[in-house]
Amino acid sequence: MSTPISSYSSTFGFPILTVLVLLPAIAGAVVAVLPKRFGSVARSIAMSTSLGTLGLAVAMLVSFKSNTPGYQFFAKHLWVANFGISWELGVDGISLFLVVLTALVFPIVIGGSGVSTPEGLKSYMSWMLLLEGACMGCFLSLDIFVFFLFFEATLVPAYFLISRWGTGRRAFAATKFFLYTFLGSVFFFVAILIVAFDAKASTGHLSFDLITLSSGHFLSSGAAKWLFLAFTLAFAVKAPIFPFHTWSPDAYSSAPAGGSVVLAGVMAKLGTYGIIRFDLSLFPQAASVLAPLLLTLGVSGILYGAIVAAVQKDLKKVVAYSSLSHIGFIIMGLFAMSPQGLDGAVLQMINHGIIVAGLFLLIAMIARRRGTWNLTELSGLQKAAPVLAGVFTLVMLASVGLPGLNGFIGEFLILLGTFITHRWWAVVAGGGVILSVVYMLWAYQQAFHSKPQGDNAKVSDMALKEKLVMAPLIILIVFIGIYPKPILDRVTPTVNSLVHQVRTASHQPSEESR
Amino acid sequence: MLHSLAYIPGFALAGFVIVLLVGSRLGDPKAGWVATLAIAGSFVCSVLTFSGLMGRTSTGRSYVETLFTWIPVGSLHVTVSLLADPLSITMALFVTGVSTLIHLYAIGYMKRDRDFSKFFLYFNLFVFSMLMLVLSDNFVLTFLGWEGVGACSYFLISYFFERPSAATAGKFAFIVNRIGDFGFLMAMFLLFDHTRTLSYQGVFSKTAPPSCPSGPGGTLGHCVAQLSSGTLEAVCLLLFLGAVGKSAQLPLSLWLADAMEGPTPVSALIHAATMVTAGVYLMARVSPLLHLAPVASWVIAIVGVTTAFVAATIGTSQDDIKKVLAYSTVSQLGYMMLGVGSGAYVAAIFLMVTHAFYKALLFLGSGSVIHAMGDEQDIKKMGGLRRYMPITSVTFIIGWLSIAGVPPFSGFWSKGDVLDGAYTKSPILWAVGAVTAILTAYYMGREVYLVFFGEPRFKEVALNHGGDASTGHGHGGEPHEPTWHMWVPLVVLAFLAVVAGLLNLPFTSGLGYLEHWLTPVFGTTHLALSTSAKWLLAGSDAVLALAGVAIAWSIWRRAWDRPELEPNFLRSSWGLYKVYEYLVSKPAQAFANFAQATVETRIIDGTVNATGGLVAWTGLRLRKLQSGYVRNYALAIALGMAGVLIYLVVRAG
Repeated sequence: MSTPISSYSSTFGFPILTVLVLLPAIAGAVVAVLPKRFGSVARSIAMSTSLGTLGLAVAMLVSFKSNTPGYQFFAKHLWVANFGISWELGVDGISLFLVVLTALVFPIVIGGSGVSTPEGLKSYMSWMLLLEGACMGCFLSLDIFVFFLFFEATLVPAYFLISRWGTGRRAFAATKFFLYTFLGSVFFFVAILIVAFDAKASTGHLSFDLITLSSGHFLSSGAAKWLFLAFTLAFAVKAPIFPFHTWSPDAYSSAPAGGSVVLAGVMAKLGTYGIIRFDLSLFPQAASVLAPLLLTLGVSGILYGAIVAAVQKDLKKVVAYSSLSHIGFIIMGLFAMSPQGLDGAVLQMINHGIIVAGLFLLIAMIARRRGTWNLTELSGLQKAAPVLAGVFTLVMLASVGLPGLNGFIGEFLILLGTFITHRWWAVVAGGGVILSVVYMLWAYQQAFHSKPQGDNAKVSDMALKEKLVMAPLIILIVFIGIYPKPILDRVTPTVNSLVHQVRTASHQPSEESR
Repeated sequence: MLHSLAYIPGFALAGFVIVLLVGSRLGDPKAGWVATLAIAGSFVCSVLTFSGLMGRTSTGRSYVETLFTWIPVGSLHVTVSLLADPLSITMALFVTGVSTLIHLYAIGYMKRDRDFSKFFLYFNLFVFSMLMLVLSDNFVLTFLGWEGVGACSYFLISYFFERPSAATAGKFAFIVNRIGDFGFLMAMFLLFDHTRTLSYQGVFSKTAPPSCPSGPGGTLGHCVAQLSSGTLEAVCLLLFLGAVGKSAQLPLSLWLADAMEGPTPVSALIHAATMVTAGVYLMARVSPLLHLAPVASWVIAIVGVTTAFVAATIGTSQDDIKKVLAYSTVSQLGYMMLGVGSGAYVAAIFLMVTHAFYKALLFLGSGSVIHAMGDEQDIKKMGGLRRYMPITSVTFIIGWLSIAGVPPFSGFWSKGDVLDGAYTKSPILWAVGAVTAILTAYYMGREVYLVFFGEPRFKEVALNHGGDASTGHGHGGEPHEPTWHMWVPLVVLAFLAVVAGLLNLPFTSGLGYLEHWLTPVFGTTHLALSTSAKWLLAGSDAVLALAGVAIAWSIWRRAWDRPELEPNFLRSSWGLYKVYEYLVSKPAQAFANFAQATVETRIIDGTVNATGGLVAWTGLRLRKLQSGYVRNYALAIALGMAGVLIYLVVRAG
């Protein structure tokens, strides 16, 4: 097998990957130590830093070659030699778009944030930037130990964002989120150590290097199964995968708008990304053997999330459960073990990030006008705010997978990719296609249709700034729906080699034609 | 002539984009004119493409134009490609032609509507989607159009969204269509699994045994990939599930009646002439598969004829002028499905085209009546309108005679062809279809007599001025004819409804233009009927139609209230709404509530909370300790991590 690294990241003459992680993190630290009254300065720093990060991510995207597998950007500095820990970052077709998604979502959240008090603003911006740095670190790290550090590091800013700027039962929600995801990671940490020491047993060196570890397959299959489950539990809680999801409706609902967007849009992908990057690479055989279990959880999540979404009164919870349903699709695609399924899953991670960010931002706009997002108190918003209603409709239709919009491409690929390898799971999951319109159109009808009652008749329509916040998401929703080829051409080669690797490891016939 | 197919949907898309960007600034009526001209442009391009195809030999009348690659992953290679062949161009011609007329009509009908430009925005997007549906060369792009028209239908049914019934009807239509779409999706996956392609030509090439080369060789894979008959049956039945949803066949018919909540031009264009026929088109498109799937064909024929009959009986007892037409549409779609299921594909398409003319005419006529009556839709409160609205009355009566199948109007020829096809399949299918034909002539006759004949009953109920924000048509005095925007389309459609039979006359084979034209798509479909049998059938068709007309005349000429002829069972649509309610919506609701209250709250969340003692813990301790343990933990993690990092950096240094 050829080396998975196709070029060294000297394209820009400076360590772009390291900068992607450190730029927001350092800016976050700087903002944190600013005097309290510098709220607006903090916002400017946050905005320019996150836009700078986006610029770097886009530059990387532009120079990323299509139809080429492997890590096209790569950086490795041995860090702690005795422990085999290194600062090892890499971007391939799978992580590329998650890095871009992260870089895109943060400036939108920072630009659209509604925090007013200068003091609060400063800390808010600081936590946001630190969170961006941690998320970048997760998507870029190829050293499992460093990944774990970043993975846990995301909890801290997220916790403070929810507990400090949230609404409703925010202390409860933040605590539940923190403990649940933290406990989910305990086994993960133990499993990481076992993997590293296992490598030492066979090679003589401790290693946390994903590339070394995944090319060796040092593990016995019995142990691999348990390690796979330990890894997956952490990712399952983070994503979240049914039935490990109950922190998420509370957290999404109680978090401030920006917090919900980041939690569902970016942080949820840490879980699904962890599965594709670490589970499938390190334990391909175990992943194959246990695929039916994960497929079943995915399908259960698709249907269960959709059914429970249909009886929520809280619009944010509708989106939270719809998110559970969409994550179910992603999980199904990941474990379909076919190029179409895996491609669809990667694309759907991006799509879901865009769509769920759009929905939470739109709910925040409703909340700003009405002081509530409870469906029983909303009605007829379409009358006074037709543009808001139109944009909501478009994002909603993307969410239910209307062809021509981005959600369809992902869902279609996932369902097709699953159908050709695990037919009956795909058939059952197809029910989710029907259920998604039930809860979404129902929620839309509650909020936007019928005669506006009371204050609902007096809301203002979208302001220019709000349109600007939504514009990039809308453009991407339409563009990816019509022309996903540029993305697929960059994702597919990496996915193909991963599928090949999994199939080889599990002694399945490799069908190149698929 | 014009080679590039992309112009056909391109004009509609351009109209959509212009109205989207500047529609509200253009306003009433300019936005409507832009939209209408855009669709007229699509129509002209269709005509040019049609004449281009005519210029070729009949075997060469098919080409594919690939615009770009849409979804490429491994062996899946979906392109945005358009197919010009006799079937797709026939569809494009009547879709754009009828759409242009209805757009023009809507300029008059939607006058002074608050969201005038938005109406045309949706309307253009609808036509674009419909054209993608019929012109696509592959299943996936057809599915794009298929769902696109569904979304536009949703927008337009809930157009008067302030009315809860309109909002609910739109949602209902979308959900029911999604049930069908599930079938469509699964059919695609099954086809892809067996053939590794989703283009029509690619799939069809794997069904025809002669194309399989004998002996070993590189093309052997071609033979291995042959579709088994079981797979073919499954694919056809799954696609038919899609068609049942889209074309409102039983048991998924009711959404179409509810869809009458939309403005009348919407009912005419989407819920009569074009979108609802998409299911019929899809089944005709896959005729090479259906041809090899006898079970599926029987299912289609039986569902079709049952739908035709049931909907016709319901139509006899409705009081809403549009509901009668809605059930009539369901019934006519059933006839089309009967044609498809009987293998009479040309007849089905012929009926689809003529139906588009006369049903659009009837709907637009009803819109004209509704307008004149100040938004009254109850035919029991009308009567005698022929004295006030001569153009509307005459054209509406032409529509009636046409749908009734009275010779020589177009419906006689097209319905006759379908019934001939049904007869060769089974005389029982024919018999049910024949009874339905009497019912058709009858229920439409009832509507015509109640609306246009007899004594005016609306003076007693007083004209309801501007009751609906939709039309804002506040006028006093007597009902009158609408503006020219509205009556010109009526006259054109009436003319077409009279003469469209000329498309496919049965007397000699030379007169079967449509038959010849569509032969490259459907193959030669010679009916196993002797000439005398044909004459006998045609004669009985005519007698049945006239019988229905006569019965309607004898009953409704003078009377307007005969409750014994409008039983509650039929008024309430055979109790189907109750069936939906008790079989689907109530159990589903109960199940969802159970999932939320018990599974989610008690089991999944309850376990988590109990395990961590979280509820008690946060409830008791967090309230007492301001900072809270978790906050300390979080900070501890942050500090600990910083410590680890510093340690590692120092070690590394």
